[in-house]
Amino acid sequence: MSFGRPLLRTSYEEDAAILPTWFQKGSAIVALLLITLMALGFGPLAAFPKFLLGNTWINPVTLTIIFAIAALGINILVGVTGQVSLGHAFFMGTGAYTAVMLGGNVGDEESWKACVPFHDNLGLLESQGQCGLGLPIWIWLPASGVVAAMIGVLVSPAAVKVRGLYLAIVTVGLVFIGLHLGRMLPEWAGDFESGRKWPKLDIRLWKEEAPLVELTEDGKWFGLIHLSEEQKQFFFLFAIMLVMLWFAKNLVRSRTGRALQAIRDRDVAAEVMGVPEFKYKRLGFAISSAYAGVAGALLASYNGRVSPIDFGLLLSVDFIAILLIGGAGTIAGTMMGTVFVELLPDMVEKFTAWLASKLDAGGPVGLIANFLLTEGGEGDFGPISIATVAPGWPMSTFQWNFVIYGTLIVVFLIFEPLGLYGVWLKVRNYWKGWPFSY
Amino acid sequence: MEIFIQTLAKAIALGSIYAIMGLSFVLIFKGTQVLNFAAGAISMAGALFMSILIADRGFPFLPFTNPLAPADGETAGVALWIVHLMIALILAAILGLILERVAIRPMVGQPLFSMAVITLGLEIAIRPFNLDATAITGRSVGVPWGTESWELAGAIIPKSYVAAIIAAAIAFTGVYFFYRSRFGVAMRAVAFDQEAAMAQGINVGRVFAIAWGLGAALAALGAIFFAMAPWPPAGTVSLEIHPIWIFRVLPVIILGGLDSVAGAVAGGLLIAIFEIFAGQYLSQWTNILGPGYSTIVPYIVMLVVLLVRPYGLFGTEEIRRV
Repeated sequence: MSFGRPLLRTSYEEDAAILPTWFQKGSAIVALLLITLMALGFGPLAAFPKFLLGNTWINPVTLTIIFAIAALGINILVGVTGQVSLGHAFFMGTGAYTAVMLGGNVGDEESWKACVPFHDNLGLLESQGQCGLGLPIWIWLPASGVVAAMIGVLVSPAAVKVRGLYLAIVTVGLVFIGLHLGRMLPEWAGDFESGRKWPKLDIRLWKEEAPLVELTEDGKWFGLIHLSEEQKQFFFLFAIMLVMLWFAKNLVRSRTGRALQAIRDRDVAAEVMGVPEFKYKRLGFAISSAYAGVAGALLASYNGRVSPIDFGLLLSVDFIAILLIGGAGTIAGTMMGTVFVELLPDMVEKFTAWLASKLDAGGPVGLIANFLLTEGGEGDFGPISIATVAPGWPMSTFQWNFVIYGTLIVVFLIFEPLGLYGVWLKVRNYWKGWPFSY
Repeated sequence: MEIFIQTLAKAIALGSIYAIMGLSFVLIFKGTQVLNFAAGAISMAGALFMSILIADRGFPFLPFTNPLAPADGETAGVALWIVHLMIALILAAILGLILERVAIRPMVGQPLFSMAVITLGLEIAIRPFNLDATAITGRSVGVPWGTESWELAGAIIPKSYVAAIIAAAIAFTGVYFFYRSRFGVAMRAVAFDQEAAMAQGINVGRVFAIAWGLGAALAALGAIFFAMAPWPPAGTVSLEIHPIWIFRVLPVIILGGLDSVAGAVAGGLLIAIFEIFAGQYLSQWTNILGPGYSTIVPYIVMLVVLLVRPYGLFGTEEIRRV
């Protein structure tokens, strides 16, 4: 068998499989099993995330799942097609607002009137509050992907006309225009500061009272197993992510995926070989935006309340960081990057809280805690403030998280351009030849 | 008529500040091929240095008092203020040199996008320190002319506007002659082909350092002149300055072309004129355009121009080879 020889293929079927070696198949099954047991709260397994992230660990992990969907999308556009985009947050916003306009329920028969922009100014219709049609999830979730994809197709001609860094800045422009639309259209976006309510994650056939599958309340699922609200949402979103992951993996190794990669490597050369540049750039934008739209809709509806500010440039930068820290162009790297970038702030916070609990413990841990932390007293000099005070030199963990995040981007780009995936390759190659060096 | 003159003066003054920032971007891009997303953080740090020197009468990071600074409650004279300005610019240049040495030098020869994202990482990492030092409330840069203004044909023109225009003129002249000096020629050679320049005996590392030092000083200059009385956040160094640089100056350099000195000035003036005039003369349609619509005018101008001229007004077109 091919143990220890990850690139050895002995048949065509093996070469075409998503997980080519039995080791990869086995580890995928074990990982799925472990994650399921962990989410079900199986004692010793759940202790691990509890240790790293605290008792409410399932919330950051669920958010990470949603971010993974969007990160898969940006990987298709930036990593596979090679079109640098900082506009991912705009497409997420597009998906989210499509979701709320189709699924948002304002309990008003005529709330569709609010969906016509500027009706006040043009004197066409009476204001009817916030736009929302109250449709079920099986309409608004695919629709959010489709609408975002259509906007992506509209934007894609810019990618043919404008290249490289110029394209990156054009897409920055998109984010700002999106933010401004949020400010212009309170009937769609709600108040600019506080946002508006999103439809809940419930599966209904139509607008009936009792949902078909309950996702937002604790209780028995299908009369089989008792789950909490968080666990239900975790499993639902995890299933969606697996479908998206499967599609992305298949796309990258298909004819279309190879065409996209040809354009990334050299667009002129690709065109000479008969790969139409515009068609595939358009496709790259469409698929990436569809992922972003679905992720945006899920993110907003998981949070319950989102304001347009949340779809700002920092969100786009998050995804570029995920891509570079994980390893651009690889699905495995994207997933590793998402887990790392999204969970690190929570881990830092948990670690600080743990250190704070050891302040009076003495010994080496107590010394380190005293050195790092400041409670705001006289002569207390640590760089991390744990007291709830106004900004000042000892900075809070919230601010330190930004410093760590920015530094990580710089460090990874300098020392490991292939990201976490490159680290994994190095580890794998070391053990492949062990005990020899090659 | 008065309103028109006032609007024009404001537009040219804002354009001057944009032009100074644009020059900073162009200098760094021409020298090192890096699109400097960290300009926001660097420029705000420079303005903070100025504030610490002249308002707190201290030195950044050092426990000394500044012997030159004016006494409490007094403002510095113009000459003394310019001395402080120079010290602040030198400190900003040192910050630029450190960043270049630590983060940019190891990346020589990497793809353009990786270099740009490095500066994005720097921006994120430095920002908390800046926000921390401003401590939410704005800080003064001790402007000698305060809120005074001149009157011209009934129009009120603040002295800060004139000062910004003079600063931009000096910066442009300086950069223009710098490009014709020995170092400037070396920088152009490095921008054209790093390896060939090295073979001619040019010290590429020194060119990188000069580009970043001057670029950081120019960025700080722009921020200091934006932290004066009539500009929006109460004429102080405040949190508002930070996002402005990065996100409002990007259209300027893209419009002018990433590698054109004249383009930075032309782009800055053009964008500012569109922005300020749209803000002044379209305000009756605010209920349709939405509040704060003038802040996205630069992006719309940029999008329109880019679709006609993909490398900006004065940018060099990239020759695409297979």
